[in-house]
Amino acid sequence: MSAVIDSHHDDHHHGPAKGFSRWLYTTNHKDIGSMYLWFSLIMLFIGGAMAMVIRAELFEPGSQIVSPEFYNQMVTNHGLIMVFGVIMPAFVGFANWMIPMQIGAPDMALPRLNNLSFWILPVAFGILLSTFFMEGGAPNFGWTFYAPLSTEYAPPTVTFFIFSVHIMGASSIMGSINIITTILNMRAPGMTLMKMPLFVWSWFITAYLLIAVMPVLAGAVTMMLMDIHAGTSFFKAAGGGDPVLFQHIFWFFGHPEVYIMILPAFGIVSHIIETFSRKPIFGYSSMVYAIASIALLSFVVWAHHMFTVGMPIAGELFFMYSTMLIAIPTGVKVFNWLSTMFKGSLTFETPMLFAIAFVALFTIGGLSGIMLAIAPADFQYHDTYFVVAHFHYVLVPGALFSLLAAAYYWIPKWTGKMYDETLGKVHFWMSFISVNLTFFPMHFVGLAGMPRRIPDYAMQFADWNMMVSVGAFLFGISQLLFLFIVLKCIYNGKAATTEVWEGAKDRGFEWTVDSPAPYHTFSSPPSMESLKSSS
Amino acid sequence: MSSDSSYYVPASSRMPIFMAFGLLLFVLGASFTMNNWGEEDSNAHWLLITSFAVIWGTMFFWFGSVIKENDSGMYSGQLNQSFVWGMAWFIFSEVMFFFAFFLALGYVRLFAVPWLGGEGEKAITNILWPGFEAAWPLLVTPDNEQFPGAHHSMSIPEVSKLHTWLPFWNTLCLITSSGTIALAEAGLRKGNRTAFKLWMVATLSLGYIFVFLQGLEYYEAYTHMGLTLGAGIYGTTFFLLTGFHGFHVCLGAIILTIMTIRGFGGAFSEHDHFGLAAGSWYWHFVDVVWILLVLVVYIF
Repeated sequence: MSAVIDSHHDDHHHGPAKGFSRWLYTTNHKDIGSMYLWFSLIMLFIGGAMAMVIRAELFEPGSQIVSPEFYNQMVTNHGLIMVFGVIMPAFVGFANWMIPMQIGAPDMALPRLNNLSFWILPVAFGILLSTFFMEGGAPNFGWTFYAPLSTEYAPPTVTFFIFSVHIMGASSIMGSINIITTILNMRAPGMTLMKMPLFVWSWFITAYLLIAVMPVLAGAVTMMLMDIHAGTSFFKAAGGGDPVLFQHIFWFFGHPEVYIMILPAFGIVSHIIETFSRKPIFGYSSMVYAIASIALLSFVVWAHHMFTVGMPIAGELFFMYSTMLIAIPTGVKVFNWLSTMFKGSLTFETPMLFAIAFVALFTIGGLSGIMLAIAPADFQYHDTYFVVAHFHYVLVPGALFSLLAAAYYWIPKWTGKMYDETLGKVHFWMSFISVNLTFFPMHFVGLAGMPRRIPDYAMQFADWNMMVSVGAFLFGISQLLFLFIVLKCIYNGKAATTEVWEGAKDRGFEWTVDSPAPYHTFSSPPSMESLKSSS
Repeated sequence: MSSDSSYYVPASSRMPIFMAFGLLLFVLGASFTMNNWGEEDSNAHWLLITSFAVIWGTMFFWFGSVIKENDSGMYSGQLNQSFVWGMAWFIFSEVMFFFAFFLALGYVRLFAVPWLGGEGEKAITNILWPGFEAAWPLLVTPDNEQFPGAHHSMSIPEVSKLHTWLPFWNTLCLITSSGTIALAEAGLRKGNRTAFKLWMVATLSLGYIFVFLQGLEYYEAYTHMGLTLGAGIYGTTFFLLTGFHGFHVCLGAIILTIMTIRGFGGAFSEHDHFGLAAGSWYWHFVDVVWILLVLVVYIF
């Protein structure tokens, strides 16, 4: 740090402040990253508990445990929490921890803003969860909050929901501005754009997507707010508006949003596969171009979520073909990962197991996505459990597995201690088996016609649903094991080396600093020379 | 890319958590106020007012500390560049917010209203409200009792009556003010502080005239034209687009007022005046949005 700073803020360079105020006032990217990660882990268990309620209700046909009204609240809040409260904050947590370390920066570019972007998240979710205890109950219109369910027929708590979505959006926008500014402005000398680690690249592109679409979501909920409280008619055909307009605006946000939840995973998985294959990533620049093309395409495919609303045939065709184009850059990535592993010296530590499972299972989710992209076929699949199976395959063994892989991969660097490898492998296999048991049969019941978001179902779906519920309970328990592994690592782990993984120090600045990484990583910009084969 | 070997990382700060607290109060205050609207015993608006006090107060001290740190020479060129990127991408996010509302306007004009009027091959059209005729500006809504349409639209009149048309003067004000603020900045860069102050006052005056005229237009719309928020999709898109634009003009005017006051107090140097520059970018941004808005809301 510069001499100028030391004279002014002498007390802040010897480590963190004491007590709880450290977390309230911190401007340190590692502190803020840790808060993001713990927040998303807590939200994972809250959203997961809601999933358990859903699966308990669906264990047998008939109304079993909760009322249909409460079931709808569970489905809605499970989706909202998992999307906005788990996957997104967890990736931002990794960005906070890793981007400054990977590009050789001292911290994020705008550290105070960084603190604000985190602390408004608990505000937003505290308000959202408090609606369960208000008159009329929590939001019950599905995480996609289609009008008029979310406007004319919504519980009064929808107002709180709207403002909490605004706050979540503000958090994401501020976080993204910070990430883009950090990447553009704080790289170590010599680290040109095409020498950046892939996780940095994937977040760079993700942050652009966030800045572009979160304001559109803010616009959508603002229109809802006006329709509810100010008598406007955006989504009311009686006044000349159109409920379908809501779906267009929502999915213009929503489709880039689903890539926001997966692009950083591509970066993480690339790092893990190259480390445990002991080879540099195959096709680095094609990886960058593939991520960028997926991001660009995501702006012109949104209406494939609404093939059945009655679009003109030209619209159906356009969105069908544009959606299928996404398979090309995604295929490039999958083949690059396979080629990286080809003839590599593979070892299968827990992060690698999760990364390989990611490649295999995410591809299943991608292939069912191509099935859904076929407009005429989608008339059969639309709003069935097939769709539920599809997006859970890309989000759970996709995004969530990449997050777990990343946690195992980098936790030795954060804590300076190794996790328990045996327990990690147990966690992996339990998760792997139960995730497939949970989501694979959903394809079958979906194709057979079981609708989503329904608390009861026809008798012929009973067997598969019972199996799905058993899988879901097992998956829930497996994640408690993850919590135990993390705590055991922090309090009782064996010391980790600087390099942590064999050969890792060639692969990024983060493996050249001590384990645990010092509170302030770089006091002066590191040199690219310290990396032998930067990817 | 960093070429500078000195990094500035601010010390831990209380400002963000105060801001988060202010936003918590804001959300609770705004939600309860809206949900309890019209109930006499509701005191939720006090929560809302308190939240504004907390948010504005925090911003005052937060920006104050940034200015102080800058004045004491703690900021490197690299950090200033971070502020530049931060402001630029913030403005981009604002552009996308407006994009959502322009998208809504385009969709209802190109698809929703014509379909309601029976255009296209879909069987459902024109069944719900038989006899409904698609037009823009939409003065007769499908259910004209629930959403009584306006008597007149705000669209551009014939050329001879242009001088009675408020948006004409509004456009003139805003475009001119974009020029005057550029002159103010140029004056500051040349070290001519008199020119700088003069042009800032001119910019602000034009901005305030715009806000006044916009208010006058709304008053006319509500009292003489039957054009309200409840007047169907035309009133909806008209008020939401011009309203959010007007709200952003107000924000811009507040920013520039503060910059002018600081300027009169001797702040800003020829080379170091990012606060003013950022305010000026914001002002140009609301100007560009207005030009688009005049085209699609008023003229075409």
